[in-house]
Amino acid sequence: METARIAFRNLYRQKRRTGLTVSIIAFGVVAVILFTALAGSFKNMMISQITDSMLGHLQVHRNGYVESLDTMPLNLVIEEQHIDQLKKILGEIKEIEGYTLRILLATLLSNYADTTNIKLSAIEPGNEKLVTPLLPGRITEGKFLEKGQILLPNLVARGLELGIGSEAVVIATNVDGSVNGTSLIVSGIVETAVGPSGKYGYIHIDDARELLRMESLQVSEVAIRLKDAETLTPVMKKLQTALEGIKDDKGKPVFEVHPWKALSPFNNIANMIDLMTIFIQVILVTIVLISIMNVMLMAVYERTKEIGTIAAIGTMPSSIMSLFIFEGLFLGIAGAAVGNITGLILVYAVKAAEMTISFGQSDNILLAPQISLSTMLATTFIVILVTLLGAVEPAYKASQLDPVDALRN
Amino acid sequence: MEPLVVAKNLVKIYQAGEIEVRALRGVSFEINPGQFVSFTGPSGSGKTTLLNLIGSLDVQTSGELVVAGQHVNQLNIRQRANFRGHNIGIIFQDFNLIPVLTVRENVEYPLLMVKPTPAAERSKIVTKLLEQVGIAEQADKFPNQISGGQKQRVAIARALSTAPKLVLADEPTANLDKATSTRIIDLMKELKNQLGTSFIFSTHDPRVVSHADIIYVLEDGQLQTPTAENTMDHGGAK
Repeated sequence: METARIAFRNLYRQKRRTGLTVSIIAFGVVAVILFTALAGSFKNMMISQITDSMLGHLQVHRNGYVESLDTMPLNLVIEEQHIDQLKKILGEIKEIEGYTLRILLATLLSNYADTTNIKLSAIEPGNEKLVTPLLPGRITEGKFLEKGQILLPNLVARGLELGIGSEAVVIATNVDGSVNGTSLIVSGIVETAVGPSGKYGYIHIDDARELLRMESLQVSEVAIRLKDAETLTPVMKKLQTALEGIKDDKGKPVFEVHPWKALSPFNNIANMIDLMTIFIQVILVTIVLISIMNVMLMAVYERTKEIGTIAAIGTMPSSIMSLFIFEGLFLGIAGAAVGNITGLILVYAVKAAEMTISFGQSDNILLAPQISLSTMLATTFIVILVTLLGAVEPAYKASQLDPVDALRN
Repeated sequence: MEPLVVAKNLVKIYQAGEIEVRALRGVSFEINPGQFVSFTGPSGSGKTTLLNLIGSLDVQTSGELVVAGQHVNQLNIRQRANFRGHNIGIIFQDFNLIPVLTVRENVEYPLLMVKPTPAAERSKIVTKLLEQVGIAEQADKFPNQISGGQKQRVAIARALSTAPKLVLADEPTANLDKATSTRIIDLMKELKNQLGTSFIFSTHDPRVVSHADIIYVLEDGQLQTPTAENTMDHGGAK
């Protein structure tokens, strides 16, 4: 206790130096908090764009479908009897909020004058809104989908000069190789998004079945929304375990389950953001370590005679060492406290300023930085730990000073 | 009576770069408990070196030194710190008070950090010592708020706080004026009589030397043959 008191007063008597060191540590902490909050906000926002407007959290396909996703094969679909089994299993997993069936198809789109390729996702509008609640928000003109209608991506609509209420013809080849077409009314224009299905158009699943002349229900994928995205890994494992027993005629598993991360290249960007956050934390550690070591070494050199005095009157080397360790500890605590408070204020300030960014084709994406208590605690813990490490060497040096030499200083 | 300090043929050699400095060249003496002893001599004669050896701050190159029954050169750094804390009080020429502690806290420091003592007893000891050295009214001031003479009184109280067998004072009056020096030496002698603690101090101030019971004169690292003047009582080189 006495050691801590002396350590505190030693810091207090060097107000300017203590203030400067605390400021440097606090600056590092602020940088970490601000970067983590902004990068985390960007990451979460992009993940939510991808999961809530396109992919859902998990997807179930016929085994081998994802490998051939680019060609949207209609011979690798989930058959009706398997859909029933899957629905039963999904209904039993309480962490699942909802799911939707989709047929993915590569088609030709015509305005009677021009024709272009377009990939379509045939959806159940009601369930789709539940699984991808941000999808309606991507509609820039018109309204959501009903039977007999089509939602067109803005670039395609612009290219073919198709507006709301225009008639468009969708032409597709079914699994038997026969070509069929159907006429649909444009109900809305959907904003292009970053992601694997960001440039898809949407039609009603019943229209797709008619177009493809499907007698029984067959789907390309089942997209699933979880009540809590954090439960993704355990739910995926649970689902995989439940589905692995369902085999086809050849004894091979019917289903494959993928998390959104496996389906979207954005996961690599998310990983890079995490890596950059770690990099910033390493810089923080370096700043703190160098600052503390520098200040502590200066303190040892300046107070050599004082160290000699307390050693001469019988203070144990371990007590001298703890004196300097305490000084480092207090600097770390003060720096972390000031940094956390300042960082938090800045995070709220950025949030209040309602800053927006553009990403890919998406504009005006609102940044909503937030920092979790666990991140702040972890940063504080790292700073204090590094502070202690930085103080160890100078503290040891002080404890090993020869009293005679030190007194002669 | 068992001697408090026994030195036999003490030699201390320093290595200053490539030069060998023989600070002590075979010094022998004995000091009994309760004595007020002065080592005097010109600068560089080995006074501080000798006090450092007696105070277990340093170890001799050769010879034998027993302090309070302990061969101090046989102790490691940690044991020597513990030995000092329990047996020896030290008064420095520059006072060497801890600047961030008040007068009271400076005196209390050894009872907290060196020889842990219960709070009530600690408070009693500190209060009594501050009164004995006449500095009780300055108890809550910091070292930079008191005079040199007052600082040395605090240093004396601090040295006595652990009730050591022996107090070492290296040039305790060097930074004080004549009147203050006399008062400090008188105070040390008075405390020696009250507490029975032995005092060994080094000085080259003849007015201070005259207060000692025993005077040892060091010159060029050797004790001089005692004269009538410097064996005021019953000491002298052996």
